[in-house]
Order: sequence, then C-alpha cells, then structure tokens
Amino acid sequence: MITLTEDQRDSLLATCIRALPNEGCGLLLGTSEGVVVDVVASPNVADSARVYEIDPKVLLRTYRRADDEGLEVIGVFHSHTHSPAYPSPTDVAQAPDPTWHYVLATFLPVEPEVRSYRIVDGEITEEEVTIQPVTATSPPR
Amino acid sequence: MSATLRVPTVLRPAVGGHALLEVEGATIGEVLKNVTAQYPSVTGQLLADDGTLHRFLNVYVNDDDVRYIGGVDAPVKDNDEITLLPAVAGGAH
Repeated sequence: MITLTEDQRDSLLATCIRALPNEGCGLLLGTSEGVVVDVVASPNVADSARVYEIDPKVLLRTYRRADDEGLEVIGVFHSHTHSPAYPSPTDVAQAPDPTWHYVLATFLPVEPEVRSYRIVDGEITEEEVTIQPVTATSPPR
Repeated sequence: MSATLRVPTVLRPAVGGHALLEVEGATIGEVLKNVTAQYPSVTGQLLADDGTLHRFLNVYVNDDDVRYIGGVDAPVKDNDEITLLPAVAGGAH
C-alpha cells in the first residue's frame, strides 16, 4: 500500500497537468512503509506524450536528499494521457526496482464520450458529432 | 586513482551486496571495466557490448552526469564520488 495526503495527490496531478500534452512524471520520497513524505516533480526529459523519463539531475538530487533526511526514494509517478492508469508493457519492461511503487494517473475522460472518425487509406480524421435532441416530431425508430 | 562508487540497491546483489565500493581508474570507462572484471555478475549492466555507457544507467561523477563530461572518457580523480542510478522511464507507448 502507498499512502499520500490529499495535497500530495493534488501536487502529483498538478505536475501531470502542467506537462500536458506530454506525460508528466516525478519521484516519491518517503518511508519504507510506503508513506509518501514528498512528491518531487521532474521534467519529462523524453518530452513525449507516449513515454517519460525522469530528469537525471532530479534523480541524483532526490537520492541525495533521501540520504540527508533519512528517507527513501520509494517510487515514481507518471501520467498516461490517452490510456488507462495501468502499467503498459513499456512501464513493466523498464521498472527498475521491485520494491518501488509505480503510481499512474490518467486523463481519460471520466464521462462516457462518443467520437467519430473517417478512416481513409489508413489515415484517421476525426469528424464532429452533432447530437440532436429528441422531439415529438422525431421519426419513429 | 581511487574513488568511491555508490551502488544502487538493484545492482548490489551483483557486486557482493556492497553499497559502496572503492574503485580504481582514470576514466569512468576504466572504473566500470574494473568493476565488471572484479564482479562478473554485473557484466552488461554497466557498459553496453560496444563499450559505451548502458542506455538505462545514469552515471555521475560528484554532481555531474557523465554524459555531459565525456561519457566513458569522463575523468575520475582521487576521492571523487561516482554514483550509479538506473534511469527511471516508461510510459504508455
């Protein structure tokens, strides 16, 4: 289990929002019991909406801070901008430490959504969806 | 040259469980080759087959990321502190 305060969760989400349209990321500083003491934002040096990499400078600085403060780097967080908050094959392949907590956020819409596309010769083009209200004069189904 | 190497948790089993190693070498490349020679279990985790730094390993001399100070040719001086940290990466891709 990992424990965050509401402020820490909000800080984590704010980091991910600021990184949009790219994935956002950062490190989790805390105790071996999984209690987060601080959320450390990092630039996504991969500069990508599909992958992330923690800035090596932030990585070193956070490990030094952990040593100085008697804490541990207990995990990493990042956002998926277009897929569920579930580890991707890339996340799994590159997970460096089996003791870590891998926290994911997603910006998938929480409300059901209908979108429409034309797909021509492999090229995807989104089209507008207009929803008409149901009226008494609507044709019968 | 004698320097101190800080070993990350995930690599410690491959170097006899040590968190700190006293290492020799005038460059990062020499240091990592020497460590690999002393602890063959770590082969492939520090240097790539072509002798360059492993893609997913960050190596620092004191406060400097060695990728910006010469890579495997980055100089190592007496009493320098070398830190190894696995890159932290992933993503939806």
